[in-house]
Amino acid sequence: MSSSTTLLPPRHYLNNGYGIKSWLLTRDHKRIALLYLAGVTFFFFLGGAFAVMIRLELATPAGDLMTDDTYNKMFTMHGVMMVFFFLIPAIPGVLGNFFIPIMIGAKDLAFPKLNLASWYIFMIGAAFTTYAVVTGGLDTGWTFYTPFSTASSTSAVVPAALGIFINGFSGILTGLNFIVTIHRMRAPGMTWFRLPLFVWSHYATSLIMVLGTPVLAITIVLVAAERIFSFGIFDPTRGGDPVLFQHLFWFYSHPAVYIMVLPAMGVISELIAAFCRKQVFGYTFVAFASLGIAILGFLVWGHHMFVAGQSVYAALIFSILSFLVAIPSAVKVFNWTATMYKGSISWETPMLYAIGFIGLFTIGGLTGLFLAAVGLDIHVTDTYFIVAHFHYIMVGGTIMAYLGGLHYWWPKIAGRTYNELLAKVSAAIIFFGFNLTFFPQFIVGYLGMPRRYHTYPPEFQVLNVLSSAGASILGIGYLLPMCYLAWSLRYGKLAGSNPWGAVGLEWTTTSPPPTDNFTETPVVTWDAYEYPTRVEGHVA
Amino acid sequence: MSEQHIVPTSTYYTIFALLMLGTAITVAVAYLDLGPLNTVVALAIACTKATLVVLFFMHVKYSSRLTWAVVFGSVFWLFILLALTYNDYLTRHILTYG
Amino acid sequence: MSPETSAAAGHHQHHPALAHHFDSLSQQTEASTLGMWVFLVTEVLFFGGALMAYSIYRSWYPDAFAVASHELDITLGTTNTVVLILSSLTMALAVHAAQLNERGKLMMFLAVTMILGATFLGIKTVEYYTKFVEHHVPGPSFQFEPEYFNHAQIFFSIYFVLTGLHALHMIIGLGIMTWMFIWVKNGVIDRDYVSPIEISGLYWHFVDIVWIFLFPLLYLIGRHVGAH
Repeated sequence: MSSSTTLLPPRHYLNNGYGIKSWLLTRDHKRIALLYLAGVTFFFFLGGAFAVMIRLELATPAGDLMTDDTYNKMFTMHGVMMVFFFLIPAIPGVLGNFFIPIMIGAKDLAFPKLNLASWYIFMIGAAFTTYAVVTGGLDTGWTFYTPFSTASSTSAVVPAALGIFINGFSGILTGLNFIVTIHRMRAPGMTWFRLPLFVWSHYATSLIMVLGTPVLAITIVLVAAERIFSFGIFDPTRGGDPVLFQHLFWFYSHPAVYIMVLPAMGVISELIAAFCRKQVFGYTFVAFASLGIAILGFLVWGHHMFVAGQSVYAALIFSILSFLVAIPSAVKVFNWTATMYKGSISWETPMLYAIGFIGLFTIGGLTGLFLAAVGLDIHVTDTYFIVAHFHYIMVGGTIMAYLGGLHYWWPKIAGRTYNELLAKVSAAIIFFGFNLTFFPQFIVGYLGMPRRYHTYPPEFQVLNVLSSAGASILGIGYLLPMCYLAWSLRYGKLAGSNPWGAVGLEWTTTSPPPTDNFTETPVVTWDAYEYPTRVEGHVA
Repeated sequence: MSEQHIVPTSTYYTIFALLMLGTAITVAVAYLDLGPLNTVVALAIACTKATLVVLFFMHVKYSSRLTWAVVFGSVFWLFILLALTYNDYLTRHILTYG
Repeated sequence: MSPETSAAAGHHQHHPALAHHFDSLSQQTEASTLGMWVFLVTEVLFFGGALMAYSIYRSWYPDAFAVASHELDITLGTTNTVVLILSSLTMALAVHAAQLNERGKLMMFLAVTMILGATFLGIKTVEYYTKFVEHHVPGPSFQFEPEYFNHAQIFFSIYFVLTGLHALHMIIGLGIMTWMFIWVKNGVIDRDYVSPIEISGLYWHFVDIVWIFLFPLLYLIGRHVGAH
């Protein structure tokens, strides 16, 4: 079961070299993961600050806190920061970087220097966008729709777009790194179908990153060129088509939401297996469902454009395909639930986050089906129903999974455990605060409150006040893990190599792991979640 | 793909000659009036030239199935972008909202 | 996975180019080759997005696009096509020389490829300058006959985006060639470590393929109608 080791290993990746150069010039994927952790955490709270401004303004029906132009900047920058500089990089950059090499039995990713470059590119892109934020902001919505973004907006479109363009390369290079690593660096005996589902999810995510991000890149180039040189490609008064921008933009940005959720699903597979002490039900189906989501996710982008002016016939095709893409996600939810059935379940913090994910992701996903239906979407599009839908998936799903993974793997990353009671309380606060924030938004959206407006009719105030109250509770909930996780770095109980008694190559090595991950290359002869017979062999 | 297969230079010269031929034909055909076929012929020749470069200059003919899958996948994904976008543009005259 | 037997890879284990996180040079080679191919996938989608925009507007404004296309110099365009395809040949011959450990020939072919690439860029510069002088650069200084003004501007916008990005990729390619040339000169490339040359070749051939499509799509629209 749990290791009884109470000593830190003498040499591990954290004490293998001190000083800022050893961190900023590192090639160790584990240190790079922590660099990402620092970056994404900062941008999460920056994006959160904009959310605070939004919820403050919407606590009252009148537009009394800020002008409409300023409000436009608030929701734009909230979206841009959260999507591009937190949700997309967080799980792959932190947990993926740290654990993919270990889970496949390798010493590092295929291209360690490229990995470090990815982080620098991420930070440089973020710097450009932050520069845009502080020098006047961006007011186009994170979706940059033309011709407003190209012709009319007076905000810092070009620096922000440049920042996102640069950041795109970070994703492309990370995805490339993961794909080559998973194909070429698996340890002896680690066949594809012995891989943890966390690795499958990141493989599928990497395919999306590599195939979709370049189209965003060229779209941004076109928007920037149009804005700087006044080209006219998206200007309807000069023969351009704004809907063409939307096609190009959403070709990436719909699969982007699967970049945000697939790694989260990978985390959940690990958590459910570990805390039900059971093989994931239908492992092969879950693995192929990841690929299915990645592929089908590229075929549905027009559902963001039902009312934009595309043809009804195209809307019909996109609608049917959007219904189909729900199927692999549903397969995963059913399989996780079936894994729990007759499992030996324990309710530590990561498991609380995992079942929170399953419930909230299901709600978010089901409301997505409503939106796939063209007839219904026409009524709720651009209302708070949409806002609630994607926050249930992004926040109720991805962020929950991120926190769950962070808590599950924290002992491995830091070598120490955190305060379980505080962690459970924080999880409960987050769950409660999240639902109080976003469930009223479904209702108020269905009743007709539009999104991206800083005023609303007075009859919606009660629901908005509930939402704003929930947001403050949620904010407190997010601050707590920052505190107790940081505290645990110094004062936490030493974890030992396998505090959860879980199965997986990462639990066979020390906490924290040595720089080369293993003292000798493992030879794998077992399946991914071989509970309970494997556990005896994992005592460190 | 780490290859043991070394392509003989004669193959390269042959492919080069074919590529030159293709270029000449493309330019020549451009001056003929074939109506919509002009574009079809031009694209067909370009695709053929590209295929020759991919198979022989880039050694894909002698490469692993994974390499083939990567090449095919990239073209297929571009095709998805074009097909589903054209699905909109070609049917707009039938019916749009508003 | 590293399926190579240690017998074959044994004497490579201490090759100076072998990175410590790889088990063998052949694993490293396979990884870097796959990495370049995956990168080329991103390039296909990158240029593909611009070609998407091009194809929509060409289908909407065929006459304006034809008229605008006539303003491009077909002689220079064809010359550039020949130059670039020739450079692909010399690049393939460079890889061939590397595989046979013919260092002198390798350096020669790399140099010739670079010269041809520079020639391409030189001709492109002449073309761009001509466009500038003729007021065909989109933006405030754009001039064209009123009937096709807006739509020709769209053509030239896409022309400059596509050829500009292509030229940028060629400049990067020249940089990569220079780097390879230096590596060959300094003996980093040897009979066991040829993959950097092969991978550089893959990149260069891809840039050639992009031009193989750009040339007919930009220069050869409606040429049968005759000079406008």
